[in-house]
Order: sequence, then C-alpha cells, then structure tokens
Amino acid sequence: MPGDSSPREELAKLSARPVSKGHSPCPRFLPTPAYRVDTLLQTLKDGLTIGSLYALIALGYTMVYGILKFINFAHSDIVVLGGWLSLITATAIVEKLGLTPGQIPPWWVGPLVLLIAMVACGIIGFTIERLAYKPLRRAPRLNVLITAIGVSLFLQNTGQLQFVFGTRPRAIPQLLSDQTLLQIGNVHIRLLDLVVIGTAVVLMVGLEWLVFHTKLGRAMRAVSFDVRTAGLMGIPVDRVISITFVIGSSLAAAGGFLWALSFTSIKQPADTSWVLLGLKAFVAAVVGGIGNVRGAMFGGLAIGMLEVFGQQYINPALKDVYVFAALIVVLLVKPGGILGKATVEKV
Amino acid sequence: MLNVSNLQVSYGAIRALHGISLNVEKGEIVTLIGCNGAGKTTTLRAISGLVRSSGGSVSYEGSDITRVRPHELVRMGIAHSPEGRGVFANLTVEENLELGAYARSDHAAIAQDKEKGLTLFPRLRERLRQQAGTLSGGEQQMLAMARALMARPRMLLLDEPSLGLAPQVVSTIFQIIREINAAGTTILLVEQNAHMALKVAHRAYVLETGEIAMEGPAQELAASDEVRKAYLGVG
Repeated sequence: MPGDSSPREELAKLSARPVSKGHSPCPRFLPTPAYRVDTLLQTLKDGLTIGSLYALIALGYTMVYGILKFINFAHSDIVVLGGWLSLITATAIVEKLGLTPGQIPPWWVGPLVLLIAMVACGIIGFTIERLAYKPLRRAPRLNVLITAIGVSLFLQNTGQLQFVFGTRPRAIPQLLSDQTLLQIGNVHIRLLDLVVIGTAVVLMVGLEWLVFHTKLGRAMRAVSFDVRTAGLMGIPVDRVISITFVIGSSLAAAGGFLWALSFTSIKQPADTSWVLLGLKAFVAAVVGGIGNVRGAMFGGLAIGMLEVFGQQYINPALKDVYVFAALIVVLLVKPGGILGKATVEKV
Repeated sequence: MLNVSNLQVSYGAIRALHGISLNVEKGEIVTLIGCNGAGKTTTLRAISGLVRSSGGSVSYEGSDITRVRPHELVRMGIAHSPEGRGVFANLTVEENLELGAYARSDHAAIAQDKEKGLTLFPRLRERLRQQAGTLSGGEQQMLAMARALMARPRMLLLDEPSLGLAPQVVSTIFQIIREINAAGTTILLVEQNAHMALKVAHRAYVLETGEIAMEGPAQELAASDEVRKAYLGVG
C-alpha cells in the first residue's frame, strides 16, 4: 500500500530513482537532487562551514561596536591580512622542512601557522587601535568611522606594495590531507571540514566563556554598557578596549587562515570573494544584533545557512542576494537585530 | 583627608566651576547642596577625574590627585557612586557587586564585603541573580551604593542618592548613609534634597552657579534664614 509509507521512505524512493530517466516527479524548477537526503546533508555541512567563518569574523565587528560604538571597517582587511600571514608562514615552514609540493606537512604546522597569524594580527589590531582610534576617544563617532575607512584603505594599499604581498595571486600550501573521515551517502566529511568547523567552534566557545564567565569579560560587558561608570569601578577602560581589539583581530586572523585553507587562493588587492567575506560577516553581525556576542555567532550561522541553502535550492546565481535581502528585511522588521534589543538613540 | 582648592572646570566656553575650595576631614559626612546646574555633580566628577579641571588642585591623604584617572583613584580608596546610579543594567545584581571590587584581588575579603553589603541592603539578596535593569529605582540606588562599598573605600562620593525615589525609600537610604559613615567611611554627599542632606551631614557647603556661597556646620546652615528660604522652602 503506497499510501502507508512514511515521508522518509518516500524520500528514499525518490532519491533511489534514476535521475536521468525522463519524467521527473518534481516540478521542473526544482532540480531533482533537492529531494535527496545527502544533498540536504551536504548543504547543511557547507552552511555550517561558511557560517562558522562568518561568525568568527562577525565577532570582531560586534565586539568593537559593543564597546566603542563604531563599525571598524578595517576589520575585513585584518581578515585578509590573517590569510596572507598564514600563507607566508605556511610557505616558509614548508620550505624549511624541505617538503616537495603536494607533500603533507606534519600535523603541528597548521596549529602553528594559525597561532602565528593570530598573534601577529592581534598585535596589529592593538597598534591600529592605539595609533588611529585612541586619539579620537572623545571625538564624534563619525570621525572614528571615517578614520576606520582610512585605515582600511591604508591596509589594502600597503598590502599591494611589491615588497609586502604584491598583486600576484598566491595559494597557501596544502596543510591537511584530502582524506575523507566519514562518508554518509554521497556526502564526504573531509578532515578540512572538521578542522574549519572545529577551530571556529573552539574559538567561539572560548570567547563565550571569556565574556560571560571571567572577570575580564565582566569588565568588557561593563565598559560596553557605560564607559564612564566602568572607570569608576576601577576598570582600566583603555586596557579593556585594547584587549577587545586584540581578541577581535586574532579571531579575524583565524577566519582568514581557515578561509585561505578552504579556498586556497589569496589575491591582493582583496578580490571579490575576500571583500564579500568581510561584508557578509558584517551583515551577520548586524542581523544577529550588533554589539551582541551571541548575536554575532547566531547571525554568522544564519547567514551562512541562508546563503548555502538559497544557492542549493533556489538559484545559485543569487547567493549574495539572499544575504543582503536578509539584511534589508531584518533592518526593516527588527532594526536592532534578531538577538539585539531595541534601543533608542540617546540625544 | 580630601582637599579641593580653587578648582575650575569649563565645558567648552561655559565655565561650570569658578574656583571652588572645600575640604573633608576623616570620619565626616560633608554635603554639597545647591540647585540644578549649580555645579555639584561637576565638582564630584572633577574630583574623581571624570572631567578634566582647567585649574586648581585636588589632594587626597596628602597626595595630589588632580590628574589621576578614575580607575586609579579606586585603588587609592575613593569610590564614586555616580548620578543616576549607573548600574550596569545588562549585568546581574551579583555581577554588579563583583565589579565594584574589580580593583581588589583578596577573594576571601571580597566575599565578606559582599555579605556585609547584602546585610546592609537585604533587598539585594533576594535579587542577586536578576538583571540589574529590572530593579526598581530604590533598589538600583541601593545596588549602586553597595557596589561602591565593594571597593572598600575610605572615602565615598555619593551623587544624588535620593534622586527620583519615594520619600519612604529616601529615608531608608539616608539611614544607611549614616550607618556606612558610622562604620568608618568618610562621605562627600551631593544632594538636591537639602532637608535630608543637612540632617545627616556634619558640615555643608552651599553651591551657587559654580561658586561656594556658604559653608558651615550642617545644623547651623539648616537654621540660617537664607538656607531655609532658598533650599528648605521655609519662611
């Protein structure tokens, strides 16, 4: 009795049916694979990967906004910088070890490259805050915003110089083997997927713990709520701001490292994929509720999923449209972001 | 203990303080009364370094603190409970209290002081895990004071603790101010409620448009015709 079969069995039957044989049971505008469980799994995996990268980067935007109330436009350039620094250190280490191209370096090379990129970007973030933003602590926010754009242009153009990164696209050496760890249907869970998602999750759990369960995190939340009163509690406000920049920038570096690892090619000036990475992470921060750490994580995953699902099930050409359409809808319906509180601009 | 001499503050072209001098002795409650805009809050902010003074000096226990940053003052033993309470609404009551002790690292003593604060303000104990933003105005004021005490200050700067509170709550707050002082904390109290302030204070200064207009023992000022007329609404 066909009517008795569960939806799951129906699905299995559909996916078992040879696709090429003429009359598909699906409407024409939905490609057949849409009904396949492994397509769904594959899409989920991709959404999780890309979403966790957006989330990592969104955290930097949101933390700086939470404390200094301005959008740090240079943040996406720190991501690119993180990618470049990963590339350079990885290349250097691989050369030092005398590996031939295609040979997989020992396991510790990846973590080491990540660590170096994070520390270096942390220092750069610290320096940028000190030199560019700190002198403007009492200036109108618009001034700081314009300065951030300036810093962004400065980083982009410095990176293009021949003796810095140059303009030639380069690829990071392969650090992980291509092996498939787990195969579900046609979905291959590769080592790389696990590393990207795992690293992002570990960093985010660490940040969550830092912000909500340590003295420093408490101080960060206090500074973000009211800088002046935070000072009266004995909190060294400037130091907390510096630490925020260091953390945000090193998370950006991690994002850049993982992005480079996933997509390998890096170009300077930042080519479209890198520009969009920063931009979408920013959208994620706003959608989740800018200034809200959990909002950034949620927004990152939501935007990643939206993009990948739209690409798979609706129309691949419009994948950027879904993201920015979501931004517009959120700004119209809930301008404070999904996890953000409605705030009234104080006059 | 605290010496302010000829302190001047300007906001842009507007001079808020025209050179005021006052002093607070150890163990005292000194109050600074005056109308809206007289410069009371500005005086406290200049003392604790929240606004930069354009002239004059502040010294505390013999050392010059005119240019000392707010967070460093906390370590020197001065706590400032700001106007409008300034509780961190997004943090729980308990987190607010612990932030008050940010400059300290003697965990056992901090726990003790928290216990002491909760005994002083039993209402807060019931609300420990609640977000501070959900407290009533009176409870927020209690939290602000308890939090300031967590720094174990030798000197407490209180800005308008009675602001916007019901009379019943105001008298509780002032009762507690007395208790805090009796336990050994020197207090500089800024108040618009001159009536209550003059009742608890030992000495008082009257501030008018950025200048000290009168000073003296609180009881004497409370009895003087000018103060009664201008600030107590009598006669």
